[in-house]
Amino acid sequence: MAQDKKGFSHDLIERNTLLLIVLVLITVSIGGLVQIVPLFTIESTIEKVEGVRPYSPLELAGQNIYFREGCYNCHSQQIRPFRDEVERYGHYSLAAESMYDHPFQWGSKRTGPDLARVGGKYSNDWQVAHLVNPRAVVPESIMPTYGWMKDRPLSYGDIADHLKTLKIVGVPYTDEQIANAKADVEAQKNPEGDTAGLMKRYPKAVVANFTGNKTVTEMDALVAYLQVLGTMVDFTKYQSKQLQQ
Amino acid sequence: MAQNYKDELSGVETTGHEWDGLRELNNPLPKWWLYLFYVCIAWALVYYVFYPAWPLGKTYTKGILGYSQREELDTRLAEAKAGQAKYLTAIAAKSVDEIQKDKDLLGFAMAGGRSYFNENCAACHGAGGQGAKGFPTLADDVWLWGGASADIYKTIQHGIRSDDGDTRGTPNVGMTAFGKDGILNREQIDQVTDYVLSLNGKPADAGKVAKGKTVYDENCAACHGDAAQGSVAAGVDGVGAPPLKQANWLYGGDKQTLVETVTNGRAGVMPAWSKRLDDATIKSLAVYVHNLGGGK
Repeated sequence: MAQDKKGFSHDLIERNTLLLIVLVLITVSIGGLVQIVPLFTIESTIEKVEGVRPYSPLELAGQNIYFREGCYNCHSQQIRPFRDEVERYGHYSLAAESMYDHPFQWGSKRTGPDLARVGGKYSNDWQVAHLVNPRAVVPESIMPTYGWMKDRPLSYGDIADHLKTLKIVGVPYTDEQIANAKADVEAQKNPEGDTAGLMKRYPKAVVANFTGNKTVTEMDALVAYLQVLGTMVDFTKYQSKQLQQ
Repeated sequence: MAQNYKDELSGVETTGHEWDGLRELNNPLPKWWLYLFYVCIAWALVYYVFYPAWPLGKTYTKGILGYSQREELDTRLAEAKAGQAKYLTAIAAKSVDEIQKDKDLLGFAMAGGRSYFNENCAACHGAGGQGAKGFPTLADDVWLWGGASADIYKTIQHGIRSDDGDTRGTPNVGMTAFGKDGILNREQIDQVTDYVLSLNGKPADAGKVAKGKTVYDENCAACHGDAAQGSVAAGVDGVGAPPLKQANWLYGGDKQTLVETVTNGRAGVMPAWSKRLDDATIKSLAVYVHNLGGGK
C-alpha cells in the first residue's frame, strides 16, 4: 500500500518489531496514565467531614454477610444529588461515607430501595421481622426471606484478622480496636453489659440484642450493620457549600 | 494507490495486502458514521470548555459554566421550597389542629403527608395505616400514646423508646417480662391470660379467671388500667400500655401469644423523626395520620 512512501509510515512500523513494541507501549501507557494519575490525588475528592469511622467488628461481620448474600444485587448504597432522591432518602451520599468500605456498595441496581441511610429509619424489631419474612410487614415486597439467619451462629473467631486485613488496605483500625475485636462483637450484642469501651472505639454503634438469641447470630450482625448505615455524619454541622468541591 | 488491484466482482479497490492470493477490500467507512465521529470529537472539545473536565492535581478544570451537580441540587431544592413557601410558612406557624381547620393547608398537608407516610412510615404501619404484628394500626381508634393531633405530632417528632432525649417511654424499658424475670410463675401466667381472654368474651376456665383477676389487679392494672382500658384512658403517663379489651391486637390476643407476651414482655420501638424530617413534613404527617380514621 505504501511501499513508495518515505520516512514514517504504517509499513515501517509493521516491518520493524522493536519499533512496534515501543510504540505500542507508549500508546498503552498514555491510556493507563489518564486513568491512574488522577487516583494519586483521590484524597482531594473525599470531603472533609467528621464522624466517619471504621465499622465496629459486629457491623463488619454484618457487612460481610451483606456481601455474601449479594444484597447489592438489589440494593444500592448511594443517594445521588437529585431532588427526588434527596427528598426520598435524605442527604446525598458523600465519598467520605464509603471510604472504609472494601468494596464500596454504591451500585446502580435498585430492585429494592437504596440503603445508604437506612440506619435508624426503622426499629431493630422491624429489621428482624422484615428479614425473617418481608411480606409480614411489606405485603408487596418481593425480597427473599432470610429467617434462617436469625438462629445461625455468627462465625467470628477470626474477626480480628478481618480488621488487620482492612488495616493493610488503609482502614485506620488501631491496635486497641484489633485487640478488642472479639470482645466488641459480644459487647455490641449485650445492652446490659459494659459498653463504654465499645462506644468509645465506635461512636454511634447501635447496641442491642437484635434477635433475642443468647448467641451472636448472623442476623444480629446484619442488623447492626444496617442500623449504622448513613448515620455517622451529622449533616446539621455542614453548610452545603462546604460539601461542594 | 492507483496501482492497487481492483476486485473484479465488486469493483472495489483492495488494500494491497495479499495472503496466498487472498486480498482485502478497501471499503471506505460509511460517511454518516465518519462524520458523526468527527462531530463527537468536536462536541468533546466544546464540552471541555464549558463543563468540568480535566483533573489537574488537586483541582480540576471547572469550565466556563462552573457547573456543579451539588450546587444545582441546592438551587432545585430552593426553587421547590420557594414554590411551596406560601403553605410551608403557614404550616410552620400553625398547630396541627389549626392546619386541619384551614381547607387549603389541609389539602397540601394531606398530599405531602401521604407521600411521606408511604416512604417512611408504611414499612411498619402499613400502606393505609393498617399495622402489622408488633406495629400498631393507625387507622383505628386505639392509641397507645394518645390519638389527639398534638400527641401524634409529638410521637412522630421524638419516637417511642428511641434515642431522642424527649422520647415517649424509656429506651429499653417496656412491659415487664413477668415470666422470665420470675415475678409470676407458670400457673399465675396461665390464670391471668385466661382472665384477659374472658374480658374479650373468649372461652376461659371460670376458676382460673377468678384467680387471674387477682393477679391482674396486683401486676397489670398499674399500667393497663383497673378496667383494662389501657394506659391512655387510665391516665398513666409514659408507658404506652394498650387496652386489653379489643378486637385488633398488637401482638395477638390468642392464648399462646398472651402467654408469650406476659412471659417475655414487650417493648415496641419507634425511631424519632425530628432529625430526619423537617418540621413542616412532620406536621403534614401528623395531619395525615390523624385523618387515617382514628384521630381524636
